[in-house]
Amino acid sequence: MLDLRQYESLGAALDDALERWPHEVCLIEADRDRENCRLTYSDFKQMALPFARALQDSGFGEDDRAAIIMTNQSKWLVSAYAIFYCGGVLVPLDYKLTAREHLALLAHSKAKVLVIEYHLWRAIMASPGFKELHAQTVLVTEAPGSAEIASAKRWEEFKAGGEPRFAPRRRQDPACIVYSSGTGGRPKGCVLTHENYLEQCISLTSLYPFWPGVRYLSILPTNHAIDFMVGFIGPFTCGAAVVHLRTLRPEYIRDAFPRYKITYMSLVPMVLKNLEKGLRARFAELPSSRRWMLDRLIGLNKLLTGKRPNLKISRALLKQIHKAFGGELRALFVGGAFTEPATLQFFYDLGIPVANGYGLTEAGTAVTLNDFNPFRPDTVGRPLPGMEVRVVDPTDEGIGEVAVRSRTVMSHYLDDPEMTSETIVDGWLMTGDLGRIDPTGHLQLFGRKKNMIVTEGGKNIYPEDIETVFEGLPVKEFCVFSAHYLWPGSTGGEMLVIVLRPEPGREFDEALRRELAERNRKLPDFKRVRGYAIWDRDFPRTASLKIKRIELAEQIRASTERTTAVATL
Amino acid sequence: MPTLDQTTDEILKLAAAHFKVSREKLSPDDDLFEKLKIDSLQALELLTRLENHFRVELPDYEMQGVTSFRALAERIQSRL
Repeated sequence: MLDLRQYESLGAALDDALERWPHEVCLIEADRDRENCRLTYSDFKQMALPFARALQDSGFGEDDRAAIIMTNQSKWLVSAYAIFYCGGVLVPLDYKLTAREHLALLAHSKAKVLVIEYHLWRAIMASPGFKELHAQTVLVTEAPGSAEIASAKRWEEFKAGGEPRFAPRRRQDPACIVYSSGTGGRPKGCVLTHENYLEQCISLTSLYPFWPGVRYLSILPTNHAIDFMVGFIGPFTCGAAVVHLRTLRPEYIRDAFPRYKITYMSLVPMVLKNLEKGLRARFAELPSSRRWMLDRLIGLNKLLTGKRPNLKISRALLKQIHKAFGGELRALFVGGAFTEPATLQFFYDLGIPVANGYGLTEAGTAVTLNDFNPFRPDTVGRPLPGMEVRVVDPTDEGIGEVAVRSRTVMSHYLDDPEMTSETIVDGWLMTGDLGRIDPTGHLQLFGRKKNMIVTEGGKNIYPEDIETVFEGLPVKEFCVFSAHYLWPGSTGGEMLVIVLRPEPGREFDEALRRELAERNRKLPDFKRVRGYAIWDRDFPRTASLKIKRIELAEQIRASTERTTAVATL
Repeated sequence: MPTLDQTTDEILKLAAAHFKVSREKLSPDDDLFEKLKIDSLQALELLTRLENHFRVELPDYEMQGVTSFRALAERIQSRL
């Protein structure tokens, strides 16, 4: 890989990478079982430079901001590189937001250029706030020939002859403004510098290296901090390749593993859980003799790789499973929300290490990551190299707010000095998450500080901590709240309530109630849930699929009364 | 070729059958995620079902920004 300590900016590092591995494949874009394009580092440069020149000719330059609203595809990365080449600041926006939200963030970021896919642009053009869009240049990809695109230009035609001028940036200059979705409150524009990204890349690749020949399957949105790092900057600065799949249908994701011999993939816990479900269903369909054999082989693999993963052994013992994953898979990365330890263990036992971690946009990407030395599924791993992590004002149990100091921590929140000074205190990023560092240096998380409940007996309770007991309950989703938080001022005293959304087509029956009560009994008395409420809508979730607790509580509060909604457990 | 109204009606019937809800409860301008109480993965299931029925290909990325049954019908209609 490139020695990133020597670089001042992402643009400079990427530029060198394109020169260093001209004949290596850097990008494959596939749609279902078809391949749309396959680019070498040299092809990538040929595509990006005329685009960069056209951007410069349009007046775009140093410190100007350019937003991208696109699903994962080759033009995302080509545009991002061109923006960095011109010295611009990239504003990657979540394509899953509504047109109204897109317009609000475009206004907040003051983006001068917008690169957007046609179908998303169509939604923006139809939005009542369209007239307030102030981007000077809008570049629309894949617009059909006859399509009306207002004053926008077609991305494919936006190129100019002549060498563009490379605009050098310094490490402390802003590289990106990333809107953190958060699980509550308004979105915040995290200003991340070139140094933040370069240092994060050094740190991550020291644990999970990329090299020419490695293939990363990109299905998490590239606007998300994880995919931006491990699905763009990481592989590109190491000569590796990124595979973009323009569909999220499970059957095509499954096919992509053997087709492209995938080495790494990132995903969110919900998708990992679905993958586990699918595998378990396939195991259950096996004839009993083959199932017996599989169980023995998994047992043997556990015995031989319990202390350290050993891909050679696992691939030899569980050949069919590894073949289905392409035979080259080294690890899956999971983050963005809590991952059930049993799910992590399930994959580990199959010889597919799932590196779970903890991170937040404000800290670059990841703060801690499981290093499998040894495997600790009950934690989110140890701090990555270069990360200082401490627990502020710990209780007797050692639990307190997690604070992070590192060269990867953002510079500030855009145009919000007040929120910045509340969040970065004496150089430490106050995460708002509650955690404990165990004697081996592994971080355990207990939930958000603001969700903590203090009982009448003075004990601290963390709803997210309690939720772990209910993981695997056969319901679609659930969330634990304090009754007084859901219905302030209600009578009946303080207690914990679990809100359940049953699987579609399944009623909340006696069997489910019994399982709920059984799991509840595993908790110490003061932590037990005393009531349950059935909710018939999907929980609101952030882009990274975390439950938006505040919004969910508001919805429950608006349409229910405590007296009728809560049943005693 | 069917009209847009016919295509919309066909989608409502298929969606109701697939997610076991009453057809009468669905109307063209409903938010399909909210009305069918489905998540994005289940929406992809519905797309696959509609593709097989109408014999068209509906790329996931083109469905960004589509929330109502009518908008979905328009996308399908343009491909018939």
